[in-house]
Amino acid sequence: MKIRSFDDLKQYKKSLYGNKKTAKYTVLVGMATCGVASGANTTMTAFEETVNELGLKNVTLKRTGCIGYCFLEPIAEVIDEQGNSTIYTKVDKAKVAEIVSSHLQNGKPLTEGVIKPDMQRINLAEVKPIQKRQLRVALRNCGVIDPESLDDYIKYDGYMALAKCLFELTPNGVIEIIKRSGLRGRGGGGFSTGLKWSFVAKENAPVKNIICNADEGDPGAFMDRSILEGDPNSILEAMAIAGYATGAAHGYIYIRAEYPMAVKRLKIAIAQATEMGLLGDNIMGTDFSFDIQIKLGAGAFVCGEETALIHSIEGKRGEPKMKPPYPAKRGLWGEPTCVNNVETYANICPIIIKGDQWFNSMGTTKSPGTKVFALAGKINNVGLVEVPMGITLREMIYDVGGGIVDGKAFKAIQTGGPSGGVIPYTMLDTPIEYDSLVAMGSMMGSGGMIVMDEDDCMVNIAKFYLEFSVEESCGRCTPCRIGNKRLFEILEKITNGNGTMDDIRKLKELGRVIKDTALCGLGQTSPNPVLSTLHFFEDEYIAHVVDRTCPAKTCSSLIRYFIMPDKCIGCTLCARVCPVSCIDGERKALHSIRQHECIKCGACMDACKSNAIVKR
Amino acid sequence: MTPNMTNEEKYALLEDFINQQENKSTSLIAILHYAQELFDYLPNDVQTFVAQKIGIPTARVYGVVSFYSFFTTKPRGKYKINICLGTACFVKGSDKIYNEFKKQLSVEDGEVTQDGLFSIHPVRCIGACGLAPVVMINEDVHGMLNAKEVAPIIKSYRDKEGM
Repeated sequence: MKIRSFDDLKQYKKSLYGNKKTAKYTVLVGMATCGVASGANTTMTAFEETVNELGLKNVTLKRTGCIGYCFLEPIAEVIDEQGNSTIYTKVDKAKVAEIVSSHLQNGKPLTEGVIKPDMQRINLAEVKPIQKRQLRVALRNCGVIDPESLDDYIKYDGYMALAKCLFELTPNGVIEIIKRSGLRGRGGGGFSTGLKWSFVAKENAPVKNIICNADEGDPGAFMDRSILEGDPNSILEAMAIAGYATGAAHGYIYIRAEYPMAVKRLKIAIAQATEMGLLGDNIMGTDFSFDIQIKLGAGAFVCGEETALIHSIEGKRGEPKMKPPYPAKRGLWGEPTCVNNVETYANICPIIIKGDQWFNSMGTTKSPGTKVFALAGKINNVGLVEVPMGITLREMIYDVGGGIVDGKAFKAIQTGGPSGGVIPYTMLDTPIEYDSLVAMGSMMGSGGMIVMDEDDCMVNIAKFYLEFSVEESCGRCTPCRIGNKRLFEILEKITNGNGTMDDIRKLKELGRVIKDTALCGLGQTSPNPVLSTLHFFEDEYIAHVVDRTCPAKTCSSLIRYFIMPDKCIGCTLCARVCPVSCIDGERKALHSIRQHECIKCGACMDACKSNAIVKR
Repeated sequence: MTPNMTNEEKYALLEDFINQQENKSTSLIAILHYAQELFDYLPNDVQTFVAQKIGIPTARVYGVVSFYSFFTTKPRGKYKINICLGTACFVKGSDKIYNEFKKQLSVEDGEVTQDGLFSIHPVRCIGACGLAPVVMINEDVHGMLNAKEVAPIIKSYRDKEGM
C-alpha cells in the first residue's frame, strides 16, 4: 500500500499492532558486523532449528542491529509478554539449547552469562526521566528493531517526524527547531546543524542536494556503521526532513565500500520506503519529493572531508579544495549542498518529535544532547556506548567501560583518531564535550575512543598516527604531503634510539607550521597526535632521546631481554623458541641471551613458564 | 570474483553495466567497483577499456584507480588476507599477527604466494574493534587472534583446497 496522508500513516501504524497477537516470547539476535563475525548466524540458525523442531508456537525470532556489547557477542535478548528482558551473552549452539529448554519452554530464565546494562533508550512517544548512565537517543532503535523491516520501524514511530514536518511545520519552522536545539555536527567539527541548514535554505537555486557522510574512516570508530546497520530508516527519514527544510530534492549517502552489510540494509530500506510512498515523488501525498542514492567510497580517508567527498561522488579523485566557497553555497555539481554526518541525522527525528527543549535538557549548555562513542583498546567493556555530553573521562572509563584490562594502570585515551590527540590520566575529571576537548589539543572527532595503558608508548602511538596520515595524505598540498613525512621520519629516528633534543624541537615547530598552512581540515589536524603527546608526555620523548630508554618498554631498539638467574629453572623452552638461536644454556642450568644477536621479538618471554625473562 | 567466466564474457558484462549508467563519467567509481568485482583487479587493459567506453582519457581513469586504496592493479590471491592495522588492533598487537603472516607465507604486502592461494593486505580499521586484533580472509572475520593461531588458520585454508 502507499501512504497518502498523515492519517494513512497513523492508521497503518495502528494496523501493525492490531493484526497479530504478540507471541509470548520475542527473541532478538544482534546481527550487525561484530555479531555476525562472532557467529550470530549460527546462533540464529540454532534458534530457528530448535524452535521449529519443538514446534514452539509462542516464540517470535527477530534479527536486530548492534546491542552495543561487542565483547560479549553473539548476544540474544529474550523479552516476555510483560516486557521483561533477559540479555544472554556469548550465545553459542549449546547455550541456545539451554535457553530454549529452560526459558522458552519452562519459563525459567537462566542466570549465568546474563548482563543487565546500565542503559536507557528514549521512546519517541513518551517522556521519561533519565535514570541510567547510558542514554540512547541516536541508537534508540539499534538492537530493538529488525533493520530490514520498514513495518518494524514504523511501529516505533518511524516517519512520524517527517509527517509532522510536512503537515504541521514550515521549512523555516523545522530549521528553527533544529537551531534552538543546539545540535552540533557529530562528525567531529561540531558546527551548528541548524545554522548549516539555514545557509543552504537561503540559497536561491533550482537544484539543491543533501549528503549523508557515512565515510567513517577513523581507525577505531564504528558508531556510524552500527547506526546504519541497526536503524537505516532513521537516516533516510532525517535526510528527507533536511531536504524539506532546505528545499533540496536529492539525497546521496556516501558510504565506505568496507561496510557491505550497511550498504545492503540501506538499499533494502530505500526500496521499502519508496514503495510505501515515504520517499520518492509526492511523499505522503504532498507536493514534496525526495529521492536518495547510495554512492560507494573506495578507501580514501580524506574523503571524509566534505569537499573531497563531493569530488568523489562526482567520480573524481577525492581531493579537497579551498573553502570558501563552502558546500552550502557551491557543493555537489556546483549546487548548494548540505553535508551532515550519520549520527547528526540520527538525532533529527527525536528532536522534531520531542522538541528542542527536551534535547537541550541533556548534555551541557554548549554541547547539548548525547554522543555515541566507540570504546576500544585496553578496556574491559569494548563496544558502543551513548552518554549525555559532559560526562567525565573517569565515569566513561571506570563506570561505563568497566576499567582497564587486567587491572593495569590507565595512561591515556585517544579521541578523534588521526586528527585528535591524547587525554592523559591527569585529566580524568574533565568533562567530555566539543570545546573542552579542543582546549586540550584533541577533538571530539567522530567518537572513537582508544584506551591505552601503561604498556603503550606515546611516541610509538604518535608514530602510528603519523604513518596513517602520511599514507592517507592526498598529496595536494605541500605541508601535509611533505611535512607529515618529515614528522614521521623524526619519530622513527626517536623510536629507533637515534633521536636528539633538537629533533623534539623540530617536531614542535614543524607540527605548528603544518597546522597553520595545510589546505584541508585533515591536513591541519594531522600533527595533533604528535603535538598533544608532546604536550602531555614530553618526559617520554626525553627518555627516548636522552636516556635511550622506552618507559613503556615497547620500542624494540631501546629494550633488552634478560634472564633472571634466581627464576630460571633451565627448562630450555626459551632456547627452543628463539628464532635466531641466540639463547645458550644446558638443561637444568641457567640460560643466557647473547645480546648482540637478539632481534627482540619477545618469543622467549612469551614462552617462559616461570616468568624468568624480563624486559628493561 | 567470477572464476568460471571467459574474459570476453566479463568485458561484455562490463560494457552492459557502463551503458546502463545515466551519466557515465560521474559513475566512474561505481563502474570501477563493478570491474574489480568481475576481474578481481584492474589491469591496464581493463582501465583502457573503461576509459574508451566512457569516452574519457585513460589517464583520468588511472588517476582515480591509483588514488583509492580499494582499487588494485595487481592480481591478488584466491584468499585475500586483510590484516587490520587500525588503532584498536594496533594497541592489541596486530603488528605481531601481521609479521607472522608474512613469515609463514614468505610474502610481502600485496604479493601473492606461489601457489596463487594467498595475498596479504594491511587495512585500516574494518570496524570490528570489539574483536581486536582482527584479520579478515575474504568474507570471514577471525577475531581476538594471537600469533600462534596464524599457522593453523593458514593450514585450514590449505586443507580446504586439498593442498
